[in-house]
Amino acid sequence: MEIIMAFVCGFLFMAAIYLILSRSLLRIIIGTGLLSHGAHLLIITMGGFGGNNPPVLADGVTEYVDPLPQALILTAIVISFGVTAFFLVLAYRSYQELKTDDMTQMKGSEDHE
Amino acid sequence: MLQILCLFIPIIAAFFMPFFFKKIRNVHTGWFVLLVPLFLVIYYTTFIPVISKGETIIEQLNWIPSLGISFVSYIDGLSLLFSLLISGIGALVVLYSIFYLNRKKEQLHNFYIYLLIFMSAMLGVVQSDNMITLYLFWELTSISSFLLIGYWFNRDKSRFGALKSMMITVAGGMLMLGGFVLLSLMGGTFSIRALIEQAPQLATNDLFIIALILILLGAFTKSAQFPFYIWLPDAMEAPTPVSAYLHSATMVKAGIYLVARFTPVFALSEAWIWLVAGIGLLTLFWGSFFALKQTDLKGILAFSTVSQLGLIMSLLGVSAIAYHVDGAEDTVFKYAAFAAIFHLINHATFKGSLFMIAGIVDHETGTRDIRKLGGLMSLMPVSFTVALIGSFSMAGLPPFNGFLSKEMFLTAMLSVTEFDLFNFSTWAPLFPIVAWIASVFTFIYSFYFVFKTFTGKLNVDQLPTKPHEAPIGMLISPVILAGLVVTIFFIPNIVTDTFVKPAVVAIQPFLYTSPNDVNIHVSAWHGPTPELFMTIGIVIVGLLLFLTLSKWQKLYSILPERFTLNRLYDITINELLGSWMTRFSKLYMTGSIRKYLGYMFTAIPLIVIGTLIVKNAFSVTFEGSSPIHLYAVILIVVLVIGTLTTVFARSRITSIIALGSVGYTVSLFFVIFNAPDLALTQLVIETISVALFLMAFYHLPKFSKVEERTRFKFGRAFISIAVGVMVTLVALSSHSQKFIESISNYYKETVYTEAGGGNIVNVILVDYRGFDTLFEIAVLAIAGISIFAMIKLRLSRKEKNYESK
Repeated sequence: MEIIMAFVCGFLFMAAIYLILSRSLLRIIIGTGLLSHGAHLLIITMGGFGGNNPPVLADGVTEYVDPLPQALILTAIVISFGVTAFFLVLAYRSYQELKTDDMTQMKGSEDHE
Repeated sequence: MLQILCLFIPIIAAFFMPFFFKKIRNVHTGWFVLLVPLFLVIYYTTFIPVISKGETIIEQLNWIPSLGISFVSYIDGLSLLFSLLISGIGALVVLYSIFYLNRKKEQLHNFYIYLLIFMSAMLGVVQSDNMITLYLFWELTSISSFLLIGYWFNRDKSRFGALKSMMITVAGGMLMLGGFVLLSLMGGTFSIRALIEQAPQLATNDLFIIALILILLGAFTKSAQFPFYIWLPDAMEAPTPVSAYLHSATMVKAGIYLVARFTPVFALSEAWIWLVAGIGLLTLFWGSFFALKQTDLKGILAFSTVSQLGLIMSLLGVSAIAYHVDGAEDTVFKYAAFAAIFHLINHATFKGSLFMIAGIVDHETGTRDIRKLGGLMSLMPVSFTVALIGSFSMAGLPPFNGFLSKEMFLTAMLSVTEFDLFNFSTWAPLFPIVAWIASVFTFIYSFYFVFKTFTGKLNVDQLPTKPHEAPIGMLISPVILAGLVVTIFFIPNIVTDTFVKPAVVAIQPFLYTSPNDVNIHVSAWHGPTPELFMTIGIVIVGLLLFLTLSKWQKLYSILPERFTLNRLYDITINELLGSWMTRFSKLYMTGSIRKYLGYMFTAIPLIVIGTLIVKNAFSVTFEGSSPIHLYAVILIVVLVIGTLTTVFARSRITSIIALGSVGYTVSLFFVIFNAPDLALTQLVIETISVALFLMAFYHLPKFSKVEERTRFKFGRAFISIAVGVMVTLVALSSHSQKFIESISNYYKETVYTEAGGGNIVNVILVDYRGFDTLFEIAVLAIAGISIFAMIKLRLSRKEKNYESK
């Protein structure tokens, strides 16, 4: 299972980078969304899928899933959500101000060298 | 304490100059400045009796004791001679400047502050025994020289000259610092005296030769040796007192001082002799040859200074030979160091006076162009006399002091032919020949300087102002110096016993222990020796060539300007460092973020995959993997389809919804991977995210239809594949090689007993690792506040521009 998930993570990263390198700002944000999904899946995969029970104490269960990666991912999800939300509003505002979402046109002016 | 304090007296005095300038308007500020060098002259004169006995005086003020850095005032023959030159000529120059600079028109406080800083710095250079403080003062001379050259900062040429001299001397200073550091690493001390004692051991070190070259580069750039002399002619844009002081008598001799001071350390090396003597001789010839091309009075003097510095430098190089000859105190090699110091004194006297005369001519006629000048002899008799004395001394004619040192110079150069170590027998005959030719040119340009200015036809119409004799005050300094030129000729041995011999002991401590051991007697008439015939030859050939000068001076214009060293400097500074570097930077700094991201995502896989290959770190094992779940396979298919849709969707709504499907799939993954809290959070967050995307959707534009350039498309695909491959490889390798157990067992075992909870993930979040949670809350808060601020705070562009003004 872990081996397959490693390929899935790689695939998600690939798609994310492909989007991040595009011209449209919205595509870039979607790309970062995919990137965070890939990273989260990577963390849980690296923790291993051994143990058959969720990490909640229950009678007669000894084999829990590793809880630490889950705690880390939970933190990461919230943070990436915050950043995505911020980034999205930033894109919205910059489109309002600059009238473009084309990254090739968003260059610093020549005077600021 | 006074001895150390004296180093800083000029700088301390500099603090008061603005006060004197602003408050006491009807007295020239220079009169107050004059007190400083006068005091120093008197103070340093009191050292003469002690020093001429061969004793040394040292005083130390700790600066950074833990690093062994301290201000040291070490006075021996060499540093006393330089200190007296600095303060003595400093006094004369200040006196001259009082009449040269107009009290009402010039910013005098600036001028004198720079000059006083320079004086301190120069005293520090020649008295420091600690190499770090020596370097400190060394750079201070560069900086104050920069300020002085650029004194008339509204002139383009001044700024150019100042910058050029700064660039070259500071570059040399930096290299010199490198040499100092290497020396201190080898010897374990910053003290030059301690290094001299270790000289034989140092010479065997591998770093020795590098330190030698670096220190020589420092000395050569400062002393305007070939090919670094190019800054000196441009430094002539400085006020004439500055040229007279810095660029003839003192600062350019800092390099000479450095070479003399380090001769005991480096003289054992063959490279030292070849470099110092060879470069010195080349500079001597080059400077004297090109002095005749100049049409500016100060230009001639600048090239003459370059040439004379080369002469002194070559003598110092030859003096190092004495270290390789047994019983050198009885051979002719002993003359070199002596001649170097003697000529240094003589040069300071006659060149100082000549610069002042050039300044007077400039001041009284309004031009320094030798083609416009002529026939000033009858109008300016005193200046003419001084110029004549200075020039004849420079040309090496009796009865002036230049004659004596020139004779000794020829003796020293002839002595090289007798030296047969280090392949000298092959090249040594060149030394006296080049020296002789250079002396002929020296003779010609000395005559050229004085006779083209003061004799011939007087063209009053061509001159900007009507020429007349300078005021007496302006003439005092050059007359004193010219008086010294003559006096030294008649009483050379008093001068040499007092100043030269102690300095020679400092240069050659292995040869002599006290000044009395230096058994050299200077005499104007030394018998019919080869040197005398060489001098006669110089005079005859020089006179002939001078009289026919107008016929062959045109030869100089054959060499096009393109092949000069100045052109090389301009190319380096303006084109290489200026436009080429800018062009190079613009090549990759395009301002497009996609390019930059491209660089990053190319570099990261390259480095990571490269490391995997080099370290042979890649490995795959199915051992320890959990079994494949059927649901998981289905989810993977859904995830892949969702991702591909996201990437290739034509419309943005499809893209966003596909992203949402990927998010929900991920939360389903969390379900089958036994992570209920994650699944919950992911579901909620994904819902909110999609809602956010849809809210922004209305405001954001449609995907542009503009097609990417194919080349970039391929590059982009390639880069993303590389990143994906990298992540997979790293994931596989790290999964396959686990070296330590997870620490999670601790959490599992203690979650109830220690923390009193049942949900391990939640207990980790709020109890074991509560800090993470605190700051993730902070991140959310900051994101919320910033979003609010971005939407609410709307300064229009115009307002922003207004504010930034």
